[in-house]
Amino acid sequence: MNLDNMAEKSGEWLKGEGPESDIVVSSRIRLARNLTDYPFISKATDLDRSEIEKTLCKSVIEMSKSNALSYLDVNELDGIDRQFLVERQLISREHAESEGARGVAIDSGERISLMINEEDHLRIQVMHSGFDLASAWDRINTIDDRLEEQTAYAFHSRLGYLTACPTNVGTGMRVSVMLHLPALVITRQIEKVFRSLHKISLAVRGLYGEGSQAMGDFYQISNQITLGKSEEELVTQVGDVVPVLIDYERRAREFLQKESHENLHDKVSRAYGILSTAQTISSEETMHLLSSIRMGVELGLLPELGMGQVNELFIQTQPAHLQKISGVELNTADRNVARATFLRRHLNRDDIHGSPEVN
Amino acid sequence: MQCQNCEKTATFHITELAAGKPQELHLCEEHARDYLQTNDQDQSAAPSLASVLAHKMTVGQTAEDLARLDQRACPVCGITFYEFRNQGRFGCPHDYTCFAGELDQLLLNIHGETEHVGKCPQRSATASERQMEMIQLRREMKEAVSSEQYEKASELRDQIRQIEDEVSGE
Repeated sequence: MNLDNMAEKSGEWLKGEGPESDIVVSSRIRLARNLTDYPFISKATDLDRSEIEKTLCKSVIEMSKSNALSYLDVNELDGIDRQFLVERQLISREHAESEGARGVAIDSGERISLMINEEDHLRIQVMHSGFDLASAWDRINTIDDRLEEQTAYAFHSRLGYLTACPTNVGTGMRVSVMLHLPALVITRQIEKVFRSLHKISLAVRGLYGEGSQAMGDFYQISNQITLGKSEEELVTQVGDVVPVLIDYERRAREFLQKESHENLHDKVSRAYGILSTAQTISSEETMHLLSSIRMGVELGLLPELGMGQVNELFIQTQPAHLQKISGVELNTADRNVARATFLRRHLNRDDIHGSPEVN
Repeated sequence: MQCQNCEKTATFHITELAAGKPQELHLCEEHARDYLQTNDQDQSAAPSLASVLAHKMTVGQTAEDLARLDQRACPVCGITFYEFRNQGRFGCPHDYTCFAGELDQLLLNIHGETEHVGKCPQRSATASERQMEMIQLRREMKEAVSSEQYEKASELRDQIRQIEDEVSGE
């Protein structure tokens, strides 16, 4: 797998396709699994870690014959490549920043990722575009079954799959749906939505930002409980709330269009204006303005842009992606210039065919 | 008993061990939540989830009980209960058995349940005792090497190989 070639395109999960993909960006499920005959990561020696990696890597390759997975040794990758995988949501930040033997297997569509030696020995992740939890569950369940033919998982008859952290024990499953909710943010209803989600033990977190402030108005809804409910029940628990949130967001958008159409159109147009002409721009500002543009595309205010295209811009304007695309290491100031250049190139239709602005 | 910060009845009795000597706090639900939350932010080095867990474990324990409990270690991986409370992560699968008594309350706090009802592996983990033994032997071997007891280490290595051969021969 060549990471440099990956930078110019996006994973299947970002295509902006699938049910309700105007609001639901992606549906993701992950399973935490551990080998039964090794300690968990915190007590694993260097030797344990490399043996765990070897064992699981062999199982993954054995299992993947039909899936064509590529294995990356994360320990061998440089900082930009690791960050690049984090930005594409193929590995976690913790996996990128930890030390010792570890790796990840990824399919060419970037729907499947298997992290070895993260918090648990194995973290299986399946990510689909749009609101598509049922087929994501089918896919990950099949992968889990096939891996289990090769591997003995740590399993307890009463507690289920054993994990390093007791918050994951039982199913080891996290079901999450990433939603774009700009109108609920503008109309200040988002906090109210969060409070009601917490009451039914669902967790909400922002996509890229630290703390509660989600950058780009992306929010991830996931189950908090992993024990005492079956996998299907967890899929239902998260899945049931999504149509309600979609409905709230749609109504907030209708309200904005009806009550303050000029303001809304103005917000979208200004965002487009800045992004398509700026000479230097930070990651935060980009995310913030791209969010308005994404909503503008959904509301038909920017007919020249496609959803998949805007989704890609969110990823490709991230630090490691910019550096991959430009082929050199860039400091923050250089990145802001490179980001603005990249955005101008992709948002100005006249520039697409070799403009003098493209360096 | 009354909450030490307000008029309400204290329903949370927290023993704080971080400052060296145990300190007992008696709080109502609201103040307990505030206390646990502000305390989490202080411990910026530890992952917040782990410290939330650690604090949850301390609720309803006396200082003595907790001190005794903290000393207990898993015979397989060597993790002490104190270590678990601090990092919020277990050391090996056997910890779930070793600390089973304390764990149920914690699991109820987190999940509201203590029994798995989902998927089970197709093949049962029959060799599980064997596997725990392996984890233990590997750890003892490493300790023997680091304390330069090479004779003991080589005995342990032979034992490990023997089990490995038996398992692969099954």
